[in-house]
Amino acid sequence: MSQQPIQLPLPGFEAAKVRWQDEYGQQIGAENSRRNRSGVKVRPLYTPADWSGERYLEDLGFPGQVPMTRGIYPSMHRGRSWSQRQLIGLGTPQDYNGRLKRILDAGGSAVSLIPCNSVYRGFDADEVDALLLGTCGAVVNTVDDMDTCFEGVDIATLSTAMNDPLPFTLLALLLAVAKRRGVPWNKVTGTSNQSDYISHFVANHMFFRIALPGSRRILVDHIDFAARHLPGWNPVSVVGQHMQQAGATPAEAMGLTLSTAVQYAQDCIARGMDPDAFLPRFTFFFDISISFFEEIAKMRAGRRIWCQLVRERFGARDPRSWRFKFHGQTSGVDLTRQQPLNNIARVTAQAMAGIFGGLQSLHTDAHDEVLSVPTEGAARIAVSTQNILREEAHLTDVIDPLGGSYYVEKLTDDMEEEIRAVMDRVEDAGGMYRAVESGAVQSMIGTSALAFQEKVESGEQTVVGVNAYRAEDDLSMRAALSRPRPEIMQAQLERLARYKRGRPMDAVNTGLDALARSAGTEQDNVYEKVVDAAVAGATHGEIVATLREEMGFGQPLVQV
Amino acid sequence: MAERSEPPRVLVTKLGLDGHDRGSRVVAAFLRDAGMEVIYTNPWQEIAAVVQLALQEDVDVIGISSLATDHLLVPKLTRALSEAGLGHVRVVVGGIVPDEDESRLLEAGVSHVFHPGSTRDEIITEIDGLARQSRERRMS
Repeated sequence: MSQQPIQLPLPGFEAAKVRWQDEYGQQIGAENSRRNRSGVKVRPLYTPADWSGERYLEDLGFPGQVPMTRGIYPSMHRGRSWSQRQLIGLGTPQDYNGRLKRILDAGGSAVSLIPCNSVYRGFDADEVDALLLGTCGAVVNTVDDMDTCFEGVDIATLSTAMNDPLPFTLLALLLAVAKRRGVPWNKVTGTSNQSDYISHFVANHMFFRIALPGSRRILVDHIDFAARHLPGWNPVSVVGQHMQQAGATPAEAMGLTLSTAVQYAQDCIARGMDPDAFLPRFTFFFDISISFFEEIAKMRAGRRIWCQLVRERFGARDPRSWRFKFHGQTSGVDLTRQQPLNNIARVTAQAMAGIFGGLQSLHTDAHDEVLSVPTEGAARIAVSTQNILREEAHLTDVIDPLGGSYYVEKLTDDMEEEIRAVMDRVEDAGGMYRAVESGAVQSMIGTSALAFQEKVESGEQTVVGVNAYRAEDDLSMRAALSRPRPEIMQAQLERLARYKRGRPMDAVNTGLDALARSAGTEQDNVYEKVVDAAVAGATHGEIVATLREEMGFGQPLVQV
Repeated sequence: MAERSEPPRVLVTKLGLDGHDRGSRVVAAFLRDAGMEVIYTNPWQEIAAVVQLALQEDVDVIGISSLATDHLLVPKLTRALSEAGLGHVRVVVGGIVPDEDESRLLEAGVSHVFHPGSTRDEIITEIDGLARQSRERRMS
């Protein structure tokens, strides 16, 4: 990127600029300095003096070409739309199956599985307070549960985003189902959506299950297992979304995410893996806030940094390794409980930023998320928003349509500088693993979260309906709450008990013993043993408990 | 906040399974900056552990943050507090709490539910008043 002053061959440019500055000054009076959420100063006007295009090939290039700033594929959204991947999961495996089939009937091909919070915490249904079961996601503990989730669905043609923190028990259960159905593992496609244990340790604490050193090893084992057995599976999704939701600015979230990806790549290389064997399967996941241009610049800068970094630092030669593939989710933090229908407008602006940022898949939030778990009607509007933007507003006709905007290009350069500064701080702290172990990253995020809230409190940052433009809410608009009926969860608990009684206990014990032993044997691949145990009939909770016993219960480092 | 010899003592925590803690961290920092004594814990506390901590730390107010559905456990907490002789301790809940749940929580003895958009000043004033109430109830 270029930071040199630009000499323009435009006669009269300077004189016209001076005249505008003068007239602008007279109209605006005292200038108030503006900065975006990442702290980048935003000027009132951008011109060829800020970005001239003379470094077009080095800084932008063509879509699908180095440095990929304009997009990772030659045809981008004009050729193939992003995947509409809505998060689903509520109640029992049967409930999930019903909702999944409705989505597939409506033409969906990419789905996600969101498990219940009890699953996220590493427990089976019979280990937690039954009041909470299935209220935020599907209760999936056994191979039978997983089979029910995908009953009547061909798992060889479906791409599943599995919200499955390490040790990746849900994928293991899916592979056990594949075995049961005679589907070869190389046909199973999707993503381990919650593989980024560093982001769990730092930000989304509920997914953090196993103490740091064990987590570090299991992730590399998982990447290695996928490289050997699952050519259609993305074992890594590095999640900037957690950092940003926890309070990181957009530039911090991008910088911390890239630093995390560098750490994972280094750990794989230290294990003797070839970068081109695993980098093509790295994916990313970002929050899209309502800071419109800032988000677009964040994504464009991230793509450029990643492309350069994997080539120069890791010597990646396969162009697939250079592609910064990412999923975007509109930010729930920007949504308000006051006048909740306003959230449809917010989600639309956020989604547009993500689309112009060049994402590969998109989740749009439902407008009622601030009230409760989204209702089906609100979820439908969220999907329609994507269809409207694509097919009515024609946002996908032109690739990277904001490329070449003086503002967007200068902002992309400025954001790159901010992002690289964050990455340098992490590097100085000894890399991402060390920087989270010491709490340095946590305090960076905590400071930013507080600074943003101060701006809302002081009114410097307007939030419509909250600190400005307040209005009475029409409470009659609120949808009735839907929660799983207690007797349905009781039946699920009975199914779990029946499953546990009916399985071959010898095989299960052998599988869990082998898993425990492999945790203590560095040369073993722990994840292989996780899959073996699941195939032998072990439950999700039993597998996590075994590894917690051997490797330590995960306790995040929380700072206030 | 009015001058007084002993600042309010507030336990800020989360019950159950969810771990989204941006809200609880920001609120804890606001209360601390307002001069209160804040005791902060990791999420996923057991009810018995919260009661124990409230007793040990001699708190006036417990703030429970709930972004998923963990507030469903709060009626069990208020009951356990009463049984432990801590009926004077005021309990507030903040986060995503649907209307129907809110009325159930208030019936179960929760003093106040803060929804998204609550301001720093509202939260500080409310908790300060509740801490006063808690001390008066303990005296009587």
